[in-house]
Amino acid sequence: MILFHADNIVKNFSNHRALDHVTIKVPENSIYGLLGPNGAGKTTLIRIINQITAPDEGTLTYLNRPMTREDIFTIGYLPEERGLYKKMKVGEQALYLAQLKGLSRHDALKQLKHWFEKFGIGSWWNKKVEELSKGMQQKVQFIVTVIHEPKLMIFDEPFTGFDPINTQQLKKEILSLREKGATIIFSTHDMGSVEELCDHITLINESRTLLEGPIGEVRERYSENEYELRFDGDVNLLTATLNSRFQILEHKKENKDSVVRIRMTNNGSPNDALHALLEAGKIISFNKITPRMNDIFIKVVSEYREKNNKTVTAEAENNK
Amino acid sequence: MSKTGLIIRREYLTRVRKKSFIILTLLTPVFMAAMFVIPVLVMTSKGQETKRIAVVEQQGHFFKGKIHSTKYLKFDYLENVRLDSLKKHFDELGYYAILYISPKVGYIPSAVQLISHKQPSIEVVTYISETLKKEIERQKLLAYNIKDLDKILKSVETDIRLKTIIINAAGEEKETSTGIAMALAYISGLLIYMLTFMFGAMVMRGVIEEKTNRIVEVLISSVKPFQLMMGKIIGIALVGLTQFVLWIALTLVLVTATTGVVMHKSKGNSPIQVPASLFSDKADQTLQTPNPANTKVLGQEELSQAERMLNALKAVNWGLIIGAFILFFLGGYLLYASLFAAVGAAVDNETDTQQFMLPITIPLILALFIAMGTFQNPESQLAFWGSLIPFTSPVVMMARLPFGVPAWQLIVSIVLLFITFIGTAWVAAKIYRTGILMYGKKPTWKEMWKWIRFRNY
Repeated sequence: MILFHADNIVKNFSNHRALDHVTIKVPENSIYGLLGPNGAGKTTLIRIINQITAPDEGTLTYLNRPMTREDIFTIGYLPEERGLYKKMKVGEQALYLAQLKGLSRHDALKQLKHWFEKFGIGSWWNKKVEELSKGMQQKVQFIVTVIHEPKLMIFDEPFTGFDPINTQQLKKEILSLREKGATIIFSTHDMGSVEELCDHITLINESRTLLEGPIGEVRERYSENEYELRFDGDVNLLTATLNSRFQILEHKKENKDSVVRIRMTNNGSPNDALHALLEAGKIISFNKITPRMNDIFIKVVSEYREKNNKTVTAEAENNK
Repeated sequence: MSKTGLIIRREYLTRVRKKSFIILTLLTPVFMAAMFVIPVLVMTSKGQETKRIAVVEQQGHFFKGKIHSTKYLKFDYLENVRLDSLKKHFDELGYYAILYISPKVGYIPSAVQLISHKQPSIEVVTYISETLKKEIERQKLLAYNIKDLDKILKSVETDIRLKTIIINAAGEEKETSTGIAMALAYISGLLIYMLTFMFGAMVMRGVIEEKTNRIVEVLISSVKPFQLMMGKIIGIALVGLTQFVLWIALTLVLVTATTGVVMHKSKGNSPIQVPASLFSDKADQTLQTPNPANTKVLGQEELSQAERMLNALKAVNWGLIIGAFILFFLGGYLLYASLFAAVGAAVDNETDTQQFMLPITIPLILALFIAMGTFQNPESQLAFWGSLIPFTSPVVMMARLPFGVPAWQLIVSIVLLFITFIGTAWVAAKIYRTGILMYGKKPTWKEMWKWIRFRNY
């Protein structure tokens, strides 16, 4: 089931178009990655989902009906630029923000206690926010975002400012939130975490969608049918046998292992390559190379820019 | 609790708990009480020391026995002394000063000197010159050889104290005091001006804080911008009211307590009535009653003057003044606070506020100027319009009110004020909801106009 559907969203600011017919469909109980370079329009889209601003065109559907203002209370939102009242005490502030989300004082206290214990920050309750480090403040903010057990959670760059240990803990929490039934949209530049967490992705660049779909499919789509063969044996013998049917991209020695990267051509199959490998020496590993999200990101965005530049120069020449 | 209620609660509690709030709330009444009590203390302690003044005439004995001693000033008429030696020794002899009178004093005003080591007080100077003037006038009249002159002079001696009585439509008469009306008008007008500025700026700083903290985005995903803005404005209004009520209560307690102590102490040894000396400028009254035989009579008169003051104070419609003060403070504050909130939302930091503050400060300062003019002429056209136009009405109307304002004007003014507040809140909300999420460039007036006209948010 699709929990949230933003259809053909257009948003104009006074001198530029921030979103140009962007569509995203977020399946229930999934983690949806919103990718894109800085200034692509991700934050604008997130603000539209949060009803902070309204789109100029397009519709928002939530739980199979048009989204209303009241729906934001079932959303937990962790903005990219986040802050807390510096002079207020941590506990008091968390309680205030939780109550603003619609929790009763009693429930808010109970939930907060649970989360503070889970994150091992119970002793911070009476500290002022300004006494905490940035990472510590982020933890408090994360708790406040999820405290009211929202159906939909939106994290804008949740990992910035965290050390690796806290990042790991946060990833674990995000995964367990999904297990408990939550749907999560998160935007990030950290492609590693996208691969680790996301079920679906959308890549936005210069206010347009460039790429969309389940992450496995996307990576498959950009895979170049490449394999990495790692073995203990004679590289030259192998390349000689493979050469007719495969394109050898690279071969090298790593310690005493030989590593060969090949690309399938029409008349070869992975099995043929494995056959050849059997004869060449002791097999250590045989892997299909799935492209990293990082590479896909760079490739898609730079291709788009190149194309755009060409149109721009072409237009400029036409104008001459 | 509703969301707005939660916001009001937070805004109120965080401010009321601040050390600066507690200190200001406690210290201000101390200052205000001091303003009332110190003059009393000064006056009651003045009787402690009697100053002796040597009177020396260059020639003749025109003033012998003519300058009467008072409770605090004792005049010794010295004959056959040389000024030079007296000048050297007068303080050893126990004199505070020498009054040296030349016979030319009748036609040269400056032919009289008061010689002392310290600068004599204005009261001493006034008393001596008044007495000399009267005596010289008397002696000049004497030169006309009028029969029974002293009797005549006595019989023509008059004292005028203008009683002002306000009569209302029902024919009830009330004795009033212009002095009290002035003081009230001045204090309440100025207070409204100061409080509006103080708490308005507090709203602005609160908005800027939320914006620079970036907490505003978290808040805005839970509550509407309008709720956030109004919550802040109302919360701070309550802070203002709390402070105001505490100030009045604490000042009253302090004044009653200290004057009680002072009055108890001064009972029996001082003719000065504390309430009278509080509000009258007749502190030097005893100095003007040179004849000891007269003191008793004048003392009684003074008492009745004090009673008159008290009556005039009682005659002030305190319910109306305080009620109107709270309404006009609230109305004026709400109106300006919403504008302050809009300014806070439009900028990133306090230094950028200057440009947008100008249109807010100008009407407020203008209001204060009109209020000052009101003291001279409470019925002027300027005062009338100033007290109706919402941007100046809180200050000007409070300045006019103690002089008496028709009920319809009061009602129209309040209604206009609150209607305008709804208008400014509406405009401010539009600037606010766009402004709080804008960072970076300081907006221009044109951009802000665009924000106001945006239908969509």
